Amino acid sequence: MNSSRPLRNQVLEFIIEKAIFLAGTASILFVALIFIFLLKEGLSLFRTVSPVQFIFGANWYPISDPPQFGTVPLVLGSLLVTLGAILIAVPLGVSSAIYIAEIAPAWLREILKGTVEFLAAIPSIVLGFIGLVTLVPLVKAIFQIPTGLTAMSGSIMLAFMAMPTIVSIMEDALTAVPKSYREGALALGSTRWQMIWRVLLPAASSGILAAVMLGIGRVIGETMAVMMITGNAARIPTSILLPVRTMTATIAAEMGEAVQGSDHYFALFAIGIQLFIVTFIINLVAGFFIKRKKK
Amino acid sequence: MKTKDIGVAYLVEKFAFFMLLVSTLIIVVPVILITIIIIQNGIGGLTWEFLTENPRLGMRAGGIFPAIIGTIYLVLGTMLFALPVGILAAIYLSEYAKDNWLTRLIDMTIVNLAGVPSVVYGLFGLGLFVTFLQFGASILAGSLTLGIMSLPVIITASREAIGSVPQSFREASLALGATQWQTVRRVVLPNALPGIITGTILALSRAAGETAPILFTVAAFYLPRLPQTIFDQCMALPYHLYVISTQVPNIKPEIQYGTALVLIMMVMVMNVTAVLIRAQFRKRKQW
Repeated sequence: MNSSRPLRNQVLEFIIEKAIFLAGTASILFVALIFIFLLKEGLSLFRTVSPVQFIFGANWYPISDPPQFGTVPLVLGSLLVTLGAILIAVPLGVSSAIYIAEIAPAWLREILKGTVEFLAAIPSIVLGFIGLVTLVPLVKAIFQIPTGLTAMSGSIMLAFMAMPTIVSIMEDALTAVPKSYREGALALGSTRWQMIWRVLLPAASSGILAAVMLGIGRVIGETMAVMMITGNAARIPTSILLPVRTMTATIAAEMGEAVQGSDHYFALFAIGIQLFIVTFIINLVAGFFIKRKKK
Repeated sequence: MKTKDIGVAYLVEKFAFFMLLVSTLIIVVPVILITIIIIQNGIGGLTWEFLTENPRLGMRAGGIFPAIIGTIYLVLGTMLFALPVGILAAIYLSEYAKDNWLTRLIDMTIVNLAGVPSVVYGLFGLGLFVTFLQFGASILAGSLTLGIMSLPVIITASREAIGSVPQSFREASLALGATQWQTVRRVVLPNALPGIITGTILALSRAAGETAPILFTVAAFYLPRLPQTIFDQCMALPYHLYVISTQVPNIKPEIQYGTALVLIMMVMVMNVTAVLIRAQFRKRKQW
């Protein structure tokens, strides 16, 4: 059979299968390239600045003389905004996932799902803009503070960006709970709420953890909206009603002014390394929970 | 159980369901409000001139034509790079790959790529494409950066589409003497195509709205003309919206809202197209 096939076809098929293999392994290449190029530029910083100063330094003054590249304020800024966003997004996201998956009538379910998907599709820059013109003045007015560009405004905005992720993963987790669990609980005389609270939620707990992790991953990496809304003051945050500066916003805001090959330029790449490692770990953990959920 | 307890249990249930509904409304109502605000404030600015003219007077007047075209170029560039690589990678993973360490490593890297923050993609594009490969800040550099960012979504969606083609189709084709590649090309791909297209359009709509990856790799602050080659910078809608909402004082709100509305409409048209293709295909699907 093979011998009757023209040689040209065999060569073609050989080439195509090699191309398929190359494309298949391309994602390994890209992850490696991302890491290598972050390291290549980022590690250059440590020829002049000690890593200890970079990681534990309390001052980020990249353009003063001498410059100081301490990332503590930025890391804390990111953590604060992320923590706030997760505290808002997880309870709301999990609750509405339960409502959408278990309680809402079919017609309403489709509308609600569509709206949440719509929220997921809105570009973050648009949400940032809307936050700037609606949320920021609102926060300023409610708390009577000099500026509405605060960590809290950022957290609220980011919570909305994390919710679609949390809702959809949570919904999947709830739908994956076998029907017999529900029937068993109901047959024993529990109300639907008791069934949800005591049977469904524990059974879907891995899904909740996965949703939380991926929500954190989404929030900590968000850049533009945060940059527009949190006020960008690179100091150690003491209150959620003060401006903060996140790691992502620092990179985006300062890269345009940093001279290529300067310490400042390298320092921004070094922040990139920090972000890459943090999100890498978050995704590994989330992947672990998702796998456990499938079992 | 006493009757009173059952009554309490139902009251608790009523209260709990009510709170769940409130949570859902807290998410859904702002989304509706946002949509209304943007349409109400932006629709007035949407004139023919706004869509087809260059910006003037430091972006305070004129249109956003170069930004619209720039975003279209970037989306096309992203597609040209990410679609072939994505489909081939999905074919490899679902048709050729064995269950071994290499496949597990690929799976892990795809998840990882999907989680890398968009601004880190921007740094990477700056380091590799703009500086190391000396493409400069250009459509090429921006498209490649957005392309790599879109890959995980395209691979995952294509893989799912390919995986949903029944095994019996492949067996029938192989039994007729077709080679594995012939089977993939003539049997698997045509049946998986709608799913692949849907996933790709969704990934591209994400790319169209991204700002951070194009910040250092392609986006021009103010460039009131069209790019001539793929080595030129260009304006792009998301970055333009960023610029006019934070960097340019005394700008008319309808220009800001109008730009936001155009960007949202572009993204939504892509999303709706994807959903329609999927729905159409589900209706036709025989298996």
